[in-house]
Amino acid sequence: MNEQTADDASSGAQSRDLESLADPVYLEELRHQMQRFATLQLGDPHLAEDAVQEALVGALKNARSFGGRSALKTWVFAILKNKIADVLRQRSRYVEADSLLRADAEESDLDELFNKRGHWRAEERPAKWADPEAAVDDREFWRIFEACLDHLPGRQARVFMMREFIELESHEICAAVEITVSNLNVTLHRARLRLRECLENNWFARGQDRGGEA
Amino acid sequence: MKSCREVTRLLSEAQERQLDGGERLALRLHLMICGACRNFSHQMTSLRHIARAYARGAKDEGAGGPPGKGRGKDTDRQ
Repeated sequence: MNEQTADDASSGAQSRDLESLADPVYLEELRHQMQRFATLQLGDPHLAEDAVQEALVGALKNARSFGGRSALKTWVFAILKNKIADVLRQRSRYVEADSLLRADAEESDLDELFNKRGHWRAEERPAKWADPEAAVDDREFWRIFEACLDHLPGRQARVFMMREFIELESHEICAAVEITVSNLNVTLHRARLRLRECLENNWFARGQDRGGEA
Repeated sequence: MKSCREVTRLLSEAQERQLDGGERLALRLHLMICGACRNFSHQMTSLRHIARAYARGAKDEGAGGPPGKGRGKDTDRQ
């Protein structure tokens, strides 16, 4: 991997990738994101760590074939996603039964939030969030955030994380999980509705309707 | 006039793509009269901000107890 000398001038992007992988700060940040992603999806930090290691090793081996940091990132996460899919497939009987149930649950979801005319039900109306910027500095907030993520149906959580944590574009997610753009939009819409409700109920509006819990 | 259900769908989609002129106009009209959807709209921005902070490892930075720690709690008293 060290013989990247003569042909470098012709492939600036490629050498930037090699630098990316040699940059400990970037690599650590990437590993961190992957670990979160895998842990949340597998529910097991050790399995997640194995999957992340394998994906990173694969990336290091093939580092010369990328066209930039974002391509590298997409690629690394695509490998990781496949590793995760393998693990999940081994649990597939459980997962499939589970996701069938969840598909039904997702349908009724929106009816719980909106009435027949599509307006917010009175008790579901989003409230104003007090000081959302401050929340990120609060350790307790992150505990709630993770709990809310855990409560999302598996597919919603997976897609939401690909979009918001890994910052993949719509078409990249659609290709990775083999769904249409309109499917993706529906899934993200539901994930966001659920997440915002969970965060509001458990954090942002917590002090507003009750004077403080003991 | 679009329903809240449709408007929240558009506000979510706006996180993925640039809405067209008609969609933006429909949103503006609805948001003028609907406080709940206005809150939802701001929350989409906050949610993205929060998710990106999480992916950057803000949770672990917060664990050390920087000056900002505990501020969320203070909103409880009112």
